[in-house]
Amino acid sequence: MSGDSILDVDGLTMRFGGIVAVNDLSFGVERRQITALIGPNGAGKTTVFNCITGFYKPTSGTMRLAHENGAQIRLERLNDFRISKQAKVARTFQNIRLFPGMTALENLMVAQHNALMRASGLTFLGLIGAPSWRAAEKRAIELAKFWLDRIGLLDRADDAAGNLAYGDQRRLEIARAMCTEPVLLCLDEPAAGLNGRESAALSELLLSIRTDQGTSILLIEHDMSVVMEISDRVVVMDYGVKIAEGSPRDVRDDPKVIAAYLGVEDQELAGVEQELGL
Amino acid sequence: MTKPTTPASRVSGAAFIFKKAAISALVALVLFSLMIGIRTEAGPTGQLIYWTRFDDLASVVAIVFGGSIVVELLRRWWGPLGTPRLVPRQLQSSLALARKLLAPALLIFALLVPVIFYNQRYILDLGILVLTYVMLGWGLNVVVGLAGLLDLGYVAFYAVGAYSYALLATHFGLSFWVCLPLAGILAAFWGMLLGFPVLRLRGDYLAIVTLAFGEIIRLVIVNWESLTGGPNGVSGIPRPTLFGIPLTPADDGLAARLGIEFSPTHRIVFLFYLILALALLTNWVTIRLRRLPIGRAWEALREDEVACRALGINITTTKLTAFATGAMFGGFAGAFFATRQGFISPESFTFQESALVLAIVVLGGMGSQLGVALAALIMIGGFELFRDLEQYRMLVFGIAMVLLMIWRPRGLIGHRAPTVYLRQSQAISSDLVKEGHG
Repeated sequence: MSGDSILDVDGLTMRFGGIVAVNDLSFGVERRQITALIGPNGAGKTTVFNCITGFYKPTSGTMRLAHENGAQIRLERLNDFRISKQAKVARTFQNIRLFPGMTALENLMVAQHNALMRASGLTFLGLIGAPSWRAAEKRAIELAKFWLDRIGLLDRADDAAGNLAYGDQRRLEIARAMCTEPVLLCLDEPAAGLNGRESAALSELLLSIRTDQGTSILLIEHDMSVVMEISDRVVVMDYGVKIAEGSPRDVRDDPKVIAAYLGVEDQELAGVEQELGL
Repeated sequence: MTKPTTPASRVSGAAFIFKKAAISALVALVLFSLMIGIRTEAGPTGQLIYWTRFDDLASVVAIVFGGSIVVELLRRWWGPLGTPRLVPRQLQSSLALARKLLAPALLIFALLVPVIFYNQRYILDLGILVLTYVMLGWGLNVVVGLAGLLDLGYVAFYAVGAYSYALLATHFGLSFWVCLPLAGILAAFWGMLLGFPVLRLRGDYLAIVTLAFGEIIRLVIVNWESLTGGPNGVSGIPRPTLFGIPLTPADDGLAARLGIEFSPTHRIVFLFYLILALALLTNWVTIRLRRLPIGRAWEALREDEVACRALGINITTTKLTAFATGAMFGGFAGAFFATRQGFISPESFTFQESALVLAIVVLGGMGSQLGVALAALIMIGGFELFRDLEQYRMLVFGIAMVLLMIWRPRGLIGHRAPTVYLRQSQAISSDLVKEGHG
C-alpha cells in the first residue's frame, strides 16, 4: 500500500448489544482513488459507513483521516454534523434522502449551509443584505448550477426534488454531497435501482468526480459491473470481517469471495475451488 | 367526457344514494336518541325527571337523511375527488392574477382601515385584535411552519413579552420603545431555555412538553405574587407614546402640539398602526430569513433531519434559533398586548390562546405567510361576524372548520414557494412538502 492514504480504518469494531456487526476491521482508502466496499447482504457494510460518517460511535478502533495539508482528523472522536463540517466527509444514503419539498437548486443550496452561514455573518449580514453576502450567495448559486449541469439536471433546477425521476434523484443526492466540497465522498449503493444506461452514466460521473475534483470515493455497491469498471481497490466483507482486499481483478478471482457470495461453508471450499478450476 | 346515463344506471344510482342516506340517518338516530330524544332534569327533591322529545329527534334524523342525499348529489355533480377539472384558460389566468394581487390588496386595505372606519371604534379594536393574531401566527409559523417543530406552548412567550414590558415599565419607568426590544430578547431567551430540554423530542412528545411549558409559565405568574401580582395581574401599565409624545389631552400631548382637538380615537389609530408595523416587521424578517441559509436549514430540517446532519448542519443550533426567533416575535406581540390593555393578568395567557394561534397557522397552510394572515382574518374576524348567532356561534365555527379541512386539508394556501430559482419560481405541491416530525 502506498503511503498516501486519505482514510485509515484500524481495528474498527461495532457491537449492538450481543451482536458484533463489524469485527476488528482494518482497511485504507487511497487519495484520489475509488475504493469499493462489497459483501453479501448483512455483511456490515452500511454499519462501517455509519461509523465513518458519524451516525454511529464505534465500540472500538480508530479512523484517521488525512487532509492534503497534513492535518490529521480522528473521525471516531468527532460526532454527527462535525464529520461533514470539519472532516469534510460527505455521504449519500441507501434509500435516497433528498429534501423532497424543496427544489433541486434549493437542495444544493442547503448543502452549502456552513459556507453560506459564515458568509451571511451568522444571518445578521444577510438580513441587512450586505454586498459581501450577496456575492457569496451568487457564488453558491453558480456552484449549484455547475453541479446541476454536471448531472444533466440544469433545466430541472426549479422542480421539486420529489418530482424528479428515481435515477435523477440518485444523481442529485451525489451532487448535493459534492456541494459540501468534501475530500472523501461515501456513497451507499449509488447504482441501486438504476437501469443499465443510468448506471453507465453514474460510473462516468464518479470517475469524473475522482479525476476533475480530486475527491476520494468510498462506495458500497452490489452492482458488480459498476464496481469492476470504476474501482481502483476493492474491500470485501462478510459477517463483519474483511475477507479480501485488492484490485478488482484479484478480488474477483479470490475463492473466499466467491464462497462468500455463493454461500458455501468453509469445509466445502476446497471442493468448490476445484470445480471452478482455481 | 360523460357516460350516457341509461335509466337502469340512474335507478341503481338512486338506490345507492338512498342506501347511503339511510345508513347516515340510522347512525344519527342511534347517536341522538339519548342526546336529543330524552331530556332529563333534576326535580325539586333531587329525583330525576325525564320526558321524551321524539318529534325533535325525528326532525334531526330527517335533516341528516335529506342532507346526506344532497351531499351525495353534489358529489356526483362535482365528480370524483382528485379528477382534474378543466377551468377555462381565461378564468385560470384571472385567478392567478387575483392570487398575485391578493397580498398587496390586503396590505393596502389594512393601511386604509383607520381612514375608512375612523368613527367605528368597534371595527378598529377588532382590526387591532386581528393584527395581533396575525403577528402571533407569523411568529409561530417560523417554529411550526418552517422548522416543523410542533409547539403547543407558544402563549408562554406571549406572556413573557407582556410581563417583561409590564414589569419593566411599572417598576423602572422604562418607555415602551426601550422595553419592546427587551421583551423580545427576554422571550427569545426563554425560547432557547425551552429549546434545550426538548431538542431530542419529536412529534407528539415535543407537543406535550411545550404544552406543559406554557402551563408552567402561567402557573409561575399566578403564584409568584410578590413579582407578578399573582391572579390580580399588573395594572397601570403605561400607554405607548409617539417617541416621547403622549397621546393624551394634556398640554404636551400630541393633539395639543399639533393644534387639533383631542380625540381618544387617536390612540386607537396609533395602536392600529403600531401593531401593523410590528406585524409587517415580523413578515419582512421571516421572508428574509427564508432566503438565508438559516431559513433554508429550518425547512430542510422539516424535510429530513438525518440528511441535514449528513450535510454538516448543526441540528441543535438550528432548532434553537427557530425557537428563539418565533419566541422573539411572540414577545413583541406580548409587549404590544400589555401596552394596549394597560392591564394584564394570567387569565389572558391560557392554553386556549396557544391552540388558537396554532389553529391559525395550520388553517392558513403551514409555512405560508399569506395563508396565516387570511386564517387570522377568518378565525378572529369571522368569529366576531357571527356574534349575532349567539349560542350557535361555536357550532357554525366548528362546521366551517370541518368543511375547510375537507376542502383544503393542507390549509388555505398549501403549496410552498421556493426560496431561490434560476428561471421560474414554481409552487411546490403540498403532497411533496413534509410537515415535520418535531
